[in-house]
Amino acid sequence: MDSHSIAAQTAEPAHLEHEHPAFLRHHFENVAQQREAATFGMWLFLLTEIMFFGGLFCAYLIFRNWYYPAFVAGSHTLHIWAGTLNTTLLIISSFTMAMAVHAAEVRHRGPLLRWMVLTIVLGCGFLCVKAYEWHDEWVNHHVPGLNFSIQEFTHTNPAYPGDKPLAPDMAEKTQIYYSLYFVMTGMHALHMIIGVSLLAILLIRARGGAFTNGHIAPVENFGLYWHFVDIVWIFLFPLLYLISRHQ
Amino acid sequence: MQHFISPVLWQFLVKWLTHFAIFPPEASSIAPYADALYFFLIFISVIGLGAVAILVTWFSIRYRQSRNPVATQIEGSTILEATWTIIPLILFMITFVWGALLYFRIYSPPPNAMNIYVVGKQWMWKIEHPGGQHEINALHIPINQPIQLTLISQDVFHSFSVPAFRVKREAIPGRYTTVWFEATRPGVYHLFCTQYCGTLHSQMIGWVYAMKPDDYQAWAAGSTSGHSLAQNGERLFASLGCNSCHNSTPNAHGPNLASVYGSHVQLANGQYTTVDDAFLRDTILNPTLHEVAGYAPIMPTYQGQVSEDGLIDLVEYIKRLNSNYRIDQTIDNSAGQPVQTGATPAGTSAPPLAPGAVKP
Amino acid sequence: MSTIVSLPDQSTARLPKVSYLNKEYGLKSWLLTGDHKRIAVLYMISITFFFFIGGAMAALIRLQLLTPYGDLLAADTYNKVFTAHGLIMVFFFLVPSVPATIGNFCIPIMVGAKDLAFPKINLLSWYLYVAAGIMMICVLTFGGVDTGWTFTTPLSTHYLNTNVVTAGLAVFVAGFSSIFTGLNFIVTIHRMRAPGMTWFRLPLFVWSHYAASILMVLGTPVLAITLTLVVLERTIGIGVFDPTRGGDPLLFQHLFWFYSHPAVYIMILPGMGVISEVISTFSRKRVFGYTAVAFSSVAIAVFGFFVWAHHMFIMGISNYSALVFSLLTMLVAVPSAIKIFNWAATLYKGSITFETPMLYAFGFLGLFTIGGLTGVFLGSLGMDIHLTETYFIVAHFHFVMVGGMLMAYLSGVHFWWPKITGRMYPEGVSRLAAVITFVGFILTFFPQFVLGYLGMPRRYAAYPPEFQVLNVFSSAGASVLGIGYLLPLLYLTWSLKYGKIAGPNPWQATGLEWQIQSPPLTENFDKTPIVTHEAYDYDWLANKTRNEVTTVG
Repeated sequence: MDSHSIAAQTAEPAHLEHEHPAFLRHHFENVAQQREAATFGMWLFLLTEIMFFGGLFCAYLIFRNWYYPAFVAGSHTLHIWAGTLNTTLLIISSFTMAMAVHAAEVRHRGPLLRWMVLTIVLGCGFLCVKAYEWHDEWVNHHVPGLNFSIQEFTHTNPAYPGDKPLAPDMAEKTQIYYSLYFVMTGMHALHMIIGVSLLAILLIRARGGAFTNGHIAPVENFGLYWHFVDIVWIFLFPLLYLISRHQ
Repeated sequence: MQHFISPVLWQFLVKWLTHFAIFPPEASSIAPYADALYFFLIFISVIGLGAVAILVTWFSIRYRQSRNPVATQIEGSTILEATWTIIPLILFMITFVWGALLYFRIYSPPPNAMNIYVVGKQWMWKIEHPGGQHEINALHIPINQPIQLTLISQDVFHSFSVPAFRVKREAIPGRYTTVWFEATRPGVYHLFCTQYCGTLHSQMIGWVYAMKPDDYQAWAAGSTSGHSLAQNGERLFASLGCNSCHNSTPNAHGPNLASVYGSHVQLANGQYTTVDDAFLRDTILNPTLHEVAGYAPIMPTYQGQVSEDGLIDLVEYIKRLNSNYRIDQTIDNSAGQPVQTGATPAGTSAPPLAPGAVKP
Repeated sequence: MSTIVSLPDQSTARLPKVSYLNKEYGLKSWLLTGDHKRIAVLYMISITFFFFIGGAMAALIRLQLLTPYGDLLAADTYNKVFTAHGLIMVFFFLVPSVPATIGNFCIPIMVGAKDLAFPKINLLSWYLYVAAGIMMICVLTFGGVDTGWTFTTPLSTHYLNTNVVTAGLAVFVAGFSSIFTGLNFIVTIHRMRAPGMTWFRLPLFVWSHYAASILMVLGTPVLAITLTLVVLERTIGIGVFDPTRGGDPLLFQHLFWFYSHPAVYIMILPGMGVISEVISTFSRKRVFGYTAVAFSSVAIAVFGFFVWAHHMFIMGISNYSALVFSLLTMLVAVPSAIKIFNWAATLYKGSITFETPMLYAFGFLGLFTIGGLTGVFLGSLGMDIHLTETYFIVAHFHFVMVGGMLMAYLSGVHFWWPKITGRMYPEGVSRLAAVITFVGFILTFFPQFVLGYLGMPRRYAAYPPEFQVLNVFSSAGASVLGIGYLLPLLYLTWSLKYGKIAGPNPWQATGLEWQIQSPPLTENFDKTPIVTHEAYDYDWLANKTRNEVTTVG
């Protein structure tokens, strides 16, 4: 029973300020704990994001099952080259981001800055292509609720002469496809915009030498976020662009 | 007595004594089953609550600090914990099975049920009897006759509830739902909308009049609009031009609709489906989703052109094509007799095609 | 093994010179604080504010229902009032109630950490809550909203012309506040535990918050995307929930309840944590079957995710899914039953005293048992048909949420009040308040079970006259209940200045939070504690007290 009596003992000698790097926040015991906590928190946040997009994927699954011809027809109006280009841009940007994290790990400030700039450029490139596509869809009256017209779907698509034109009731259902398309790509683009903005802030801090002193958690966790946004696109691309392409 | 207390209070107390409902009337064949489960649930609740209350009270008295100044530390007891895991589990499983049986009883109509259509809209119930009686916020039914309601909403979610019958079903925009009951006692019972549906939700109420069969027949004969739903449907069928394709001639573009109701048809995607009310309604609105094998998908959609009432008329018309609806129209329905399917007198409809049959 | 209880002499207690309350002064030091304890206090003030707004709405509802014909409010006003009551009580009181206040205050101390893992995110969570709250106040000020708290489509998207979009966005923002709280708790519990604080030495309060946090983190985003779709549907008409365009309003119900059913466990689980602490402390005995209680929290969290469609039994879901969801609903009731019996067994051979937190905890046991058992009524398929959407369901979730969670919250507030403020609340009047609350609650909500079986639908501004008697009982009870809630507001405020000094451990409780000064230091501990004892180890506490006395003597 006496063994129980020592409860609130000293874990370590009272710590002196100079023992700790400046970036260690006061409530963490050591750098490792801080880094683990930050990474763990980021993973949890990504789990939240998965559930956020999960609701959309669930809706997509149900409606695609119901209105498959409409989804095919809708998908055939997208520019597959734009989707492919964007997929490539994002995969490369994930690579550059990974290289940036690596540069931070080995404390090379120059490469870190260069990889970050490259990632920002690729991210912006993605957004430009996306903006072009959206503009194109606006011009073609494909935006549900605002200027949607089923005109194009009740006639044969010249790019896909094999597709039969849809009956009007099914053509109406392409609205559902486009709603999901805009919400999904819109939410994804929103995440991209947030990502690029955050990266710009990190870049400014990195110029001051913030992440090449061993404190790489922000860059590392941002990298996780960036890869996650990339992975979401990896799912969106086939689901939205590649329906029935195998046929 | 009035002299001793204020007249207002007296009035109030008298009103209380005469208007104090405590248990709903048991007026349907399902109600006794529902009440039996209810009392069983109350019984196990009292047991459970009693067990907790007795334990807490007894321990509080026996082990209060003044009587038991020293607590004895106990880790736990696997056997005890298993006991109060397994016993509730068994009780809950009994409840589950019992509840499931009741659920299937309430939502599986008997084959001889008389069908009545109900359309919910903000904020009224429109009841449509096949015989052409139209009611708002009132439902007249004969007792001792299974009644099936086919519900739909033309705007938001509503819920059709008759507490005295212990039944309730959501009226959903865009799809049919059904519920059935058999009233056992003549009387007038509340009819509520229980799903919040907007500003005047609380005024979407009415009465169910359960009547003896003779009274019901008298009511039905006196309240008919003169046109059965099927007759309305026939007119609509003609005015929408449906018979330009569905005309049962050898060269018709569309399937012959006689005796199609209740049959199994093969769809263009190879699956089979039973033709029921929901299928008929959906094919009128979304023909492409229900392409029948062997026909070109040329049927236009009637989305937005036919009201829910019109759709009910059409569905009822197509249903009645199975028999000679002209003969058994209002008279039979007002008598509360369900129309037997199968009879196909010559003259009104061509011989039925085999299910899924390809047009000659 | 036995424990002799000797409460410390409070007459000699002094307020500590330095604590989190007086380390810094000024509004700025509060509004920009990273200290979990200060954020907890900020939260406590804001949820109290919203609780009383929601309570005022409840008072209006009960006044309206005093007469059958709805003489007080017009139907649309009544609809706005019950919607405001629901939205405020669910998203602005119940969801953040225990976690964001007591949880925020206690969890870092209970696991032996100096703060939550992400203090800035914790502060951000409060600011999001405030932003959402301001949006909600705007909604109420500029015409209200009358969707009901469930935002049911297509009613909310196409048939109402009230502030649905603003209300939806307010809930969206409040949801993120809740996500950040949950995320912070999970990371803190995983990564910030003091040396020796193993998982099975954690207080059950921490376990229940861990389970609730999982639900917050995984459930809330689904609500967020659902409300986004509702807002888009309403503003530009995307058609996903619109049946006339091929959308499916039932999909909305599925997505909404996928969050909103787990949300009831988000609300009740932290309350269960409070009850574990309180019952153990006031019977001076470890919680009976610690492991079972801990795992039952996790079981509730896991099962809680797979029962959402029991809100839709009458909506035409297929018979087979109805069967599965009913079965799972029955299973989720079992862990709650285990907890109740384990708490009752904790009293066995204890040394029980009846301070206010304990009275509230007894209230919880009774009311939550009734609430839970009536939940079984509703989970039973055939019974649900008759009972759903009536006052039975209103009574059921008020028994669980108000009778359960609010009792637990008040129990917790009284229990940790000495720790938070350093002062005791007045014992006599607070016991009276606990009893008044219990009696008022039963009076208010028990008649509603009877009304429900009679078939009185919920959300009715007017009702058939034969239901009046029970409604009068209910309204009468509500006024008693109102007094029960106003009393703590008054005497707790009073005690901030005039309460007796509490001292570090007025209850002789074993949690780490009771081993430090009250109110605590900003960094909680002088030195990081090393934990060598189980949770609720009263022998350890007795030894420690004896040693301290010896050292001093």
